[in-house]
Amino acid sequence: MIWNETAECMSRDERTALQGKRLKAVVERVYFNCEPYRKRMQQAGVTPGDINSLEDIVKLPFTCKQDLRDYYPFGLLSSPMSEIVRIHASSGTTGKPIVVGYTRNDLGVWNEVGARCLTAYGLGKNDVVQVSYGYGLFTGGLGVHGAVETIGGTVVPMSSGNTDKQILMLRDMGVKALCCTPSYALHLAECIERSGIPRSDFQLKVGIFGAEPWTEQMRKEIERRLGVKAFDIYGLTEITGPGVGHECEFQCGTHINEDHFYPEIVNPETGEPVAPGEVGELVFTTLTKEGMPLIRFRTHDLTKLNYDKCECGRTSVRMSKIMGRCDDMLIIRGVNVFPSQIESVILETEEFEPHFFITVDRVNNTDTFEIKVEVKEQFYTDDISGMLKLQKKLASRIQSVVGLNPTIRLVEPRSLQRSEGKEKRVLDKRVFCN
Amino acid sequence: MTTKQLSVFLENKTGRLNDVTKILAKANINMRAFSVADSADFGILRLLVDDTEKAKEELRKNGFAVSVTDIIGIKMANKPGTLNKILDILAEAKVYIEYMYAYSDSDKAITAIKPDDMEKAVKVISENNITML
Repeated sequence: MIWNETAECMSRDERTALQGKRLKAVVERVYFNCEPYRKRMQQAGVTPGDINSLEDIVKLPFTCKQDLRDYYPFGLLSSPMSEIVRIHASSGTTGKPIVVGYTRNDLGVWNEVGARCLTAYGLGKNDVVQVSYGYGLFTGGLGVHGAVETIGGTVVPMSSGNTDKQILMLRDMGVKALCCTPSYALHLAECIERSGIPRSDFQLKVGIFGAEPWTEQMRKEIERRLGVKAFDIYGLTEITGPGVGHECEFQCGTHINEDHFYPEIVNPETGEPVAPGEVGELVFTTLTKEGMPLIRFRTHDLTKLNYDKCECGRTSVRMSKIMGRCDDMLIIRGVNVFPSQIESVILETEEFEPHFFITVDRVNNTDTFEIKVEVKEQFYTDDISGMLKLQKKLASRIQSVVGLNPTIRLVEPRSLQRSEGKEKRVLDKRVFCN
Repeated sequence: MTTKQLSVFLENKTGRLNDVTKILAKANINMRAFSVADSADFGILRLLVDDTEKAKEELRKNGFAVSVTDIIGIKMANKPGTLNKILDILAEAKVYIEYMYAYSDSDKAITAIKPDDMEKAVKVISENNITML
């Protein structure tokens, strides 16, 4: 099923013309309403008059995550606060979150693209959807919530946590589709198996999973254990949240709702566009956003695009699974973590040496997050409880900055590797690509 | 009156204790008592040796985190009730024991005690005519 055939199945030429028109409008909007954009365009010698079609997009300067931090909280808004109706945020590197503002129209577009996703998964007004993404500043919960209401389905707004209640509602509400992170889906599957409730008591048929990378193997395992067909839902807080893209029943790539969010692939080093079909860094321009449009936002995600028409009838471009990142950001339990955040906390905690080593792994489908640190010579004591207190102190400081509780391992002095130049301080043992 | 104890921070991994004993053997240092306190991923090795300063230096030279702590070492008769008597004395004086370890051999027993209030502990123990190392 297709929610908006006009938009999702239009010819490439028609779409390119529409995107060009929208690009011109959004560039005018940021130029005249948002000083950082205007200054940057002036520095690059571009004016809105230079943008007349989609191919002119390469004339525009990039925007990056650091810009969102530098202009925290509202410096990149292109609408007055009187028109902003909602704020969402995700974690950032310096303890400050990344904040985005939505106008009423932005929420409308978000609901529209979310409705396209759910329709592609075969859901409609007769279906009950349980949203077990967190509700709050995180875009996941409220984003999918709006999408379910838009297609006229029935939403069960569970938010995350409280697994027993999740299972009760899944069964008693006759839930057809569950939306959560893939790792939580596996946890739920395990708990359902342990509860002894027969699978026949559930109506569950569809899984909507996103917010963290997952493999084909994980998809198969979820499908087998939860008895659902599992679909990917794609989104980034900066761009809008879940709904930027989705899989269809053929599951051969993620369709990007490119009439609203225009994707480019560039060479991460030079910033030049790569040849069609080649791997590079994914860059998004929000073509219709009002509150906080982003022009050529660099995601640091590596992937490639396929412009062929899909068997499902949609002509929208399809993105391959994210193959990695071109910066050092880690996504742990759905939270963005930069090693530089960890470093700054350790540097501010006097008992520790400025060396550390992060190990990320996935055990029983949950990400583990361990940091090895050395205590400064004079702070090693004879007192076990004192040492444990040191461990706890560092863990809670890191938690308050990155929003995740790490396992701190105290190691012996000078046992962490010191190397010249770029230190290797992260080991990510998780496997996302097949 | 008090005895100097060495405390060595060790990660919980195979062979770490051997590394310590090897260094001490090479330096010809004799150990009188030896105990390990551990948490999930690290341990603290506590040692009484015949030459504390030298042992500390040798271990530090080899990269270990070593600290020196005062404890009370008590030599007592190896027979029922002696340790109980000493602990009663400390309890009555409201001295809290942070940790202790002991060993016995033939007619003598040795216990090492880390009290929270060293001064008070030493005072009540000597008032009761108990021999400290």
